[in-house]
Amino acid sequence: MMEIGLNHYLILSTILFAIGLVGIMRRKNLLLLFFATEILLNSVNIAFAAISHYYNDLTGQMFAFFVIAIAASEVAVGLGLLIVWFKRHGNVDLDTMSSMRG
Amino acid sequence: MEKYLYIALFAPLVSSLFSALFTATPKKQFVGIVASLLIFAAFVSSSILLTHIIGGGEVVHVELMTWMATGDLYIPFGFVVDQVSVTMMMVVTLVSTIVHVYSIGYMDHDKGFNRFFAWLSAFVFSMMVLVMSDNFAGLFIGWEGVGLCSWGLIGFWFHKEIATWAANEAFIMNRIADLGMLIGLFLVYWNTGTLQYEGAFAAMPSLDPATLTWIGIFLFIGAMGKSAQFPLHTWLADAMEGPTPVSALIHAATMVTAGVYLVVRSNELYDLIPHVGLFIASLGAFVAMFAASMALVNRDMKRIIAYSTLSQLGYMFVAAGLGAYWVALFHLMAHAFFKALLFLGAGNVMHAMHDELDPFKMGGLKKTMKWTFIMMTLASVALAGIYPLAGFFSKDLILEVAFVEHHYIIYSVLLITAGLTAFYSFRLIALIFHGEERYKLFGIHPHEAYKFMLVAMSPLLLLAIIAGSFKISYFEMVTNVLPELEYHIHHPVTFWIMVIGTQLFVIAAIAFAYKKYANSSVKVPDGTSKMENSIAYKILKNQYYIPYAYEEYLVKPYREISDVFWKQVDLKIVDATVDGIAGIIYSTGEKTRDMQSGNLSTMLKWMVAGTVGLLSLAVVFGLAVRYFDEILAVLSGLGV
Amino acid sequence: MFEAVAFYLFAFLTISMFYITVTTSQALYALTALAAGMIFISAFFFILGADFLGAVQIIVYTGAVMAIYAFGMMFFDSTRSVREKQGNKYIISGLAILSAVLVVLIFAAPMISTNMTAFYPSIEGAGNTQEVGMVLFTKYLIPFEVAAVMLLVAMIAGIVLAGKKMDLSLTLMNQAEIDEIKKEQDKKVLS
Repeated sequence: MMEIGLNHYLILSTILFAIGLVGIMRRKNLLLLFFATEILLNSVNIAFAAISHYYNDLTGQMFAFFVIAIAASEVAVGLGLLIVWFKRHGNVDLDTMSSMRG
Repeated sequence: MEKYLYIALFAPLVSSLFSALFTATPKKQFVGIVASLLIFAAFVSSSILLTHIIGGGEVVHVELMTWMATGDLYIPFGFVVDQVSVTMMMVVTLVSTIVHVYSIGYMDHDKGFNRFFAWLSAFVFSMMVLVMSDNFAGLFIGWEGVGLCSWGLIGFWFHKEIATWAANEAFIMNRIADLGMLIGLFLVYWNTGTLQYEGAFAAMPSLDPATLTWIGIFLFIGAMGKSAQFPLHTWLADAMEGPTPVSALIHAATMVTAGVYLVVRSNELYDLIPHVGLFIASLGAFVAMFAASMALVNRDMKRIIAYSTLSQLGYMFVAAGLGAYWVALFHLMAHAFFKALLFLGAGNVMHAMHDELDPFKMGGLKKTMKWTFIMMTLASVALAGIYPLAGFFSKDLILEVAFVEHHYIIYSVLLITAGLTAFYSFRLIALIFHGEERYKLFGIHPHEAYKFMLVAMSPLLLLAIIAGSFKISYFEMVTNVLPELEYHIHHPVTFWIMVIGTQLFVIAAIAFAYKKYANSSVKVPDGTSKMENSIAYKILKNQYYIPYAYEEYLVKPYREISDVFWKQVDLKIVDATVDGIAGIIYSTGEKTRDMQSGNLSTMLKWMVAGTVGLLSLAVVFGLAVRYFDEILAVLSGLGV
Repeated sequence: MFEAVAFYLFAFLTISMFYITVTTSQALYALTALAAGMIFISAFFFILGADFLGAVQIIVYTGAVMAIYAFGMMFFDSTRSVREKQGNKYIISGLAILSAVLVVLIFAAPMISTNMTAFYPSIEGAGNTQEVGMVLFTKYLIPFEVAAVMLLVAMIAGIVLAGKKMDLSLTLMNQAEIDEIKKEQDKKVLS
């Protein structure tokens, strides 16, 4: 219990991932949905870092870097799109985005 | 000789196809003429074949082409002209030629003139296939073909509901019987391995008697349907709704005798099972009497003749059942001539009387329709079996057969029937041609038929008179293939007593008929006379209540069962299953369309659900692959 | 001992922060909680000895990403509480937990069961930043460059999207409207 091993980190990662998924599924506001995706990415980062540490291998950290880079790009592009959408429709509610209805 | 065979076989087909080209166009005289000429060509070819066979020529046997050849089954389109089939060919082509020519006049004012010839010639072709085929399969094709043409011709005036009803009745009755026939054919093939007559009959003596009995019974069921034997007889009388030439050709001379032909053709089989033969003979005698009794009181000219046909078919079956196949065939031939003549004469009367069928409304027609009168009278004399006309030789022979074979009950039944036959035939003649001119009450102006129709009928008249004289040469010819049995009553005194007694009995019956119906006191019955109210009259008038019984105890329960099956089984099980499947798919679509709402949030949820599903599968398969050997061991331990 | 205390403490904090992020109805609260959660996560990186990663986490997430979000929120009415129609809570959390467990199971199982050898073992006598630099600029050079290009592209895309006139769509407008816009542009150019 007091000895923190890889499993502890993995469990933490799992919990955070679950929280992120819950957010993805219940958030209707597009901005808050983006927050939830950040949580998902971060939970994975923790797992990468932990594995990297416990296996004494830097690959995990490398991937964590790339994940961060991707997260940053996603925010830039996603927020840009969000703003465009808001300008055109006056809201960012997912329920109103039904132009993909068949 | 083969080319004559082909002409005889295919000329009717050509005729039918030619006429069929014009079915949608108005009446064209030349259609009838061409059809008649082609049928006549078939008749000439048949005559040439007949002379060839009589002259001791070889049996003509051709194999047109292979029809079916799979495994051990080999059925060719093979045709044979031997002594039996050539007789049938002669009868068929002769009567058909006459009926074709006659129909040109009879159908003169009919809109379906061209169509009529198409059907009629198609019938002749089917009949030729039936009689000429050298195997049971070909016979069956012809058998069904004549059934179909019979259906088309009975229902020729399809705008009359009763005609279509009668056509369907005939068709359905025949299908019932054909099922029996088909089972018989299967049994033949199953047990002998071939459907060729030669092979099948050659193999039969080595078969189990029980099997042979079943084959005989099932084939006879087929014959019963086609020849309208009890209990499948009701269709024949109703078939009189068709045009009269059809009745003459199909329902008197040719098709209905196909059953007799089948039994004659299968003589080698029926010789092996005399008990079935006896049954056939007994049924024949019963039908002879039964049909004659119904003819006694009927008030429909054509139906009376139809019952008479039925009765004569009974005679033929008696002869065939008792093993006197050549006698049956001989009576078949003679009967075809005088019965066709009788029907054609009735057609003339009908035309003259504007389709009136009740003989009580006629009377005294001999003045206006002299030739028809002579022809019908002579035909009736032949039918009654008076010396020296055709009926005497053939019908008396059947009586002798029954006597010689010591079946005295059958003999006496037939004897009584002969009296009845004479009575109802001359009742008809007397009512139509003698007595008061009752038709005047109904404002009808009768006229004699066209000359060429009378001329066309004359060969039949001639044959009805002289056919008896062919007996000896005919006997010599057919006994090449049929069992050679001569029937002689050993004691000359018995013989003469029998012949003269029968003749006297018949003449007495004729005289009685004339006395009762030829005088001027005959009135159109109005249902008040004592005789008409008697029970016996009512039973006979209603055909022993058999059609009523069929309707009440077969058709109605069947309809009710069908109703139940429709509502309970079809709707609630079959339809419900199909609808249920459709409903499941439909409701699945209805429910899952929410997935396609276009709402991104919902899509995300489904995406997560899909991820879970796929990941679970990945885990399961991953574990299964990893522990494959262990799982296999466990499964084999379970005995899978 | 110290490590365990730190782990549990930060684990608790991170989970609560993220929980607030996904549940609160105030966008501002969510943003703040998310930023705090990011910083707490960097704490794990420090505990795990990934100092450089921890620093990057704080700079990129808390500094850059959160700042962008904050700016983005200025466009929207962030004081208003977010009203959201919710589906079945149990299905959502059940699905989330299940898939999270499965993901971790699938990725962790082979690692635990088989002996893994390190591709790029830590270098003795070098700090974490130094190690990262060595690996990143040798083995992962090309992915690093690609990531850089991607960030550049993302930046340009963000600028363009958020820039002027992007709320107009030429494909959705009819010809008359397009002509109108053209005329206005021409006027500007002329003046």
